[in-house]
Amino acid sequence: MKKLYPDAETALKGLIKDGQTLAVGGFGLCGIPELLINAVAGSGVKNLTVISNNAGIDGIGLGRLLDNRQVRCMIASYVGENEEFERQLLSGELEVILTPQGSLAEKLRAGGAGIPAFYTRTGVGTPIADCKEVREFDGHQYLLEHALKADVSLVKAWKADEAGNLIYRKTARNFNPMVATAGQTTVVEVEEIVPTGSLDPDQIHTPGIFVQRIILNSAPLKRIEKLTTR
Amino acid sequence: MAWTRDDMARRAARELQDGYYVNLGIGMPTLVANHIPMGMDVWLQSENGLLGIGPFPLESEVDADLINAGKQTVSTIPGSSFFSSADSFAMIRGGHINLAILGAMQVSEHGDLANWMIPGKLVKGMGGAMDLVAGVQRVIVMMEHCSRAGEHKILRKCDLPLTGVGVVNMIITDLCVLAVTPEGLELRELAPGVTLEELQEKTGAPIHTAPVVLR
Repeated sequence: MKKLYPDAETALKGLIKDGQTLAVGGFGLCGIPELLINAVAGSGVKNLTVISNNAGIDGIGLGRLLDNRQVRCMIASYVGENEEFERQLLSGELEVILTPQGSLAEKLRAGGAGIPAFYTRTGVGTPIADCKEVREFDGHQYLLEHALKADVSLVKAWKADEAGNLIYRKTARNFNPMVATAGQTTVVEVEEIVPTGSLDPDQIHTPGIFVQRIILNSAPLKRIEKLTTR
Repeated sequence: MAWTRDDMARRAARELQDGYYVNLGIGMPTLVANHIPMGMDVWLQSENGLLGIGPFPLESEVDADLINAGKQTVSTIPGSSFFSSADSFAMIRGGHINLAILGAMQVSEHGDLANWMIPGKLVKGMGGAMDLVAGVQRVIVMMEHCSRAGEHKILRKCDLPLTGVGVVNMIITDLCVLAVTPEGLELRELAPGVTLEELQEKTGAPIHTAPVVLR
């Protein structure tokens, strides 16, 4: 089965529909699938639920989907850098489910691993514990958190082979490996595609079984949010 | 003379131990990295997926794929490792991180922490703070003793929504160092020139000045 697609629009054609849930990799603007997000923005699909640690910034990354009012519900841990997001949230156009970062990562991991829910100490006694089951283990209280799955997962990796095996680069890995496992269909954007067999099997971060479609973006923009030097 | 931010960072660094794995929160806590004693092995963790945070890069070394949890460009050091956010929070939630130093809006005398949400104001999110305080072995809060408006931040009970319940072990402010004990707040150090009366007046919970005798 061929996993390579000529571009982001072709890779998403017929895949993304109104009302679906998308999981998107990245931490801030680091390790986001730029072309795939832009293609979702261009597709005009609406009423999306988007699972992603952050919501991009105005006009960039997931910020583009917000600018287009394509997102109905956002599941994220931190959304501080986006004014349009704030406006839609305050006006009630957008629902936001704030989720602790570690619980978000684990919800996606669990979703991809066939685990429907898990207990965690994170958030016990806080507003996020409202309406959640609490259970005691060894004298400590834990919250029941449910797994997350997506209709389509959008992932950014550094390298892929034609079989879909992935290698991430530095902290651009972040949520991408869990997002890759949690999608019914996972589409990946990479900077380099190499022939099957040329990646060392010991170095692969995400095995190809989790990847259905691949596109090449050999020159991603990689916007830096906070350039800091010494 | 109250302590400066640098004094507070230097004081917080005295809580480090050789071999510690430490997570420093965004803002003032990052200053602690400048005061790690020479020769002491301390590994700084960034919850987006880096263990062994190096100094900020030279302009020629900047790499968009290498950032810390505050989204600043950073560098690696010999022995650094990269991993997924799930592995990162396995370190945090699993109790493998020795110490977290973070900022706060309010802390209660029982170590309840509020640092993510002010009702009526826009909520930006908790990020990894709830996971950190729930999972890390020891939590130190580093903050100004009172708010800019002069209001108490150290209270009998937090009135802001909580980040964690009974999670803070120590509070370092510009005025003092407090230990959170089962009996309440215990004064460990007072900044030079600060009187006990002034400290108590600026604190919304009783401060015990001698180790509390257990009955």
